[in-house]
Amino acid sequence: MTRLEHSAIWAVWGVAATVVVFLLLPLVVTVAVSFGSSSVFTLPPPDWSLKWYARLATTKGLAPSLVTSVEIAALSTIIALVLGTLCTVALVRGQFASREAISTFLVSPLMLPGLVIGIAMLQAFRELGLRGAWGSLLVAHVVITMPYVVRTVLGALSLFDFALIDAARTLGCSYPQALRRVLVPALAPAFLTSGMFAFLASMDNYPISIFFTDAWTKTLPIQMLQYVEESPDPIIAAVSTCLILLAVLVLFIGDRLVGLSRLADF
Amino acid sequence: MTPTNAGTVPRRRPFDPVAFLAVPAIAYLLFVYALPLLWLLVRSVIGPKGFTLEPIASFFADPFNWRVMANTLKIAGLVALVCLLVGYPTAFALAWARGWVQVVLLAAIILPLSIGVVVKAFAWQIVLRRDGIVSSTMVGLGLWDEPVRLLFTETGLVLGAANVFLPFMILPVYSVVKLMDLRLNEAGATLGATPFYRFRRITLPLTLPGVVTGTVFVFSLSVSMFVIPSLLIGDRFQTLATLMGRSFLLMRNEQLGSTTAAVLLVLAVSIVVGSGTLARRLGDNA
Repeated sequence: MTRLEHSAIWAVWGVAATVVVFLLLPLVVTVAVSFGSSSVFTLPPPDWSLKWYARLATTKGLAPSLVTSVEIAALSTIIALVLGTLCTVALVRGQFASREAISTFLVSPLMLPGLVIGIAMLQAFRELGLRGAWGSLLVAHVVITMPYVVRTVLGALSLFDFALIDAARTLGCSYPQALRRVLVPALAPAFLTSGMFAFLASMDNYPISIFFTDAWTKTLPIQMLQYVEESPDPIIAAVSTCLILLAVLVLFIGDRLVGLSRLADF
Repeated sequence: MTPTNAGTVPRRRPFDPVAFLAVPAIAYLLFVYALPLLWLLVRSVIGPKGFTLEPIASFFADPFNWRVMANTLKIAGLVALVCLLVGYPTAFALAWARGWVQVVLLAAIILPLSIGVVVKAFAWQIVLRRDGIVSSTMVGLGLWDEPVRLLFTETGLVLGAANVFLPFMILPVYSVVKLMDLRLNEAGATLGATPFYRFRRITLPLTLPGVVTGTVFVFSLSVSMFVIPSLLIGDRFQTLATLMGRSFLLMRNEQLGSTTAAVLLVLAVSIVVGSGTLARRLGDNA
């Protein structure tokens, strides 16, 4: 190996180490601020304290927005799992044209500006007379969660050997039984990981949700951003730390189920 | 995508009943997502008296809007460039890494992906302040003479956006790097090619599809970002997305908002479609 190659390899590792620090920096800063006693984000904090967490419960609007977010995220994920799985079965098993185009279409909401999708939906819902904030949020969020389900379940399903279903039927299972006992367990890791990431995507969505909130119904990111703009203090860091903890938990479960490197598949 | 059908001869049947399973999802997205977007485009060229190009024409006649578009493309280009320069080597490190190093790298890349943009933009507000980490580190290293506020500057915006979108560059490049046959490089070396020549003639062409995917991801995400510029640069610096958001949410100027939304949508779709064509052409040549 030449000297040039050696230095190139060292440079690659140097960049990678910097990237790890760079990517984790905002998360570390958030956690540090949330446990600090300073209200002006002094780093490192002069003293450690849990007072921002103690104030979480009494911060106006936080608890209801969390409830709304969790409800919308859970329901939209379940709907996307049902519709998305049915569709991927058709895409993998069916013999019809433009299956590639259909899967691109289902994943496309990830690639287009959320704000434009949001306003287009708002205008369409208005024309159709759908006005309730909660209902509109739910209908809209299925579009956010669907791409995650389709992408992951499609990958898992195209690796599934459908001869196993025939085998189960030969052994005396009815068709629904065969699906439940063979297909569902085989896809369970894909359901869980895609469901978790879809749930997080819905929980974190800002640009689409912003058009469907009213004075009473707000999702957590909307409430948080409003709070950041009105009175920035480390309470937001405390909320953020809880969300980071949730993401770490999801990542840990995902790692146990399918392994970290499978989560990185693109 | 469909290895189960790989061995069979494609045979056109009149209609496959399995296709019905796809109907609910497609119908849902069609009515809730695709048709509203189409309707948005149609409305941008329909006025009270029927077909009109007047709103679009007046949008493009205003020099302010040209500056907004230039801002949008400039920031997106810079973010994509930063992500490419930093993300390309990182993807190789990720492909070479084993054991705990791989776990740390993967976790550092995937964890931020599952954390909301409001959380990260808020954190960058703290990091980029005059007494923030970036400023104090630079002063501590002796690179800057005095603390500098990066918040509400273009540099700060590019740093924050690159941070949020970097995983979308690393992962697509990584997915092609890990499939690369390392023997090709050895063969090149055996045949006497210099490291630089090997990189240019072997590594770069093989990783190009990943680079295109990653760059397009980061570029289109940066063109569309709204929360990050709102928090990191403020109102003085408008992009298409922030202009559109402000028109609807603050100024209640639906006409301007709709036209901006249509322009942004056309831009985003042409980036995605154009890159798809480019990637396919690269794939054919490889």
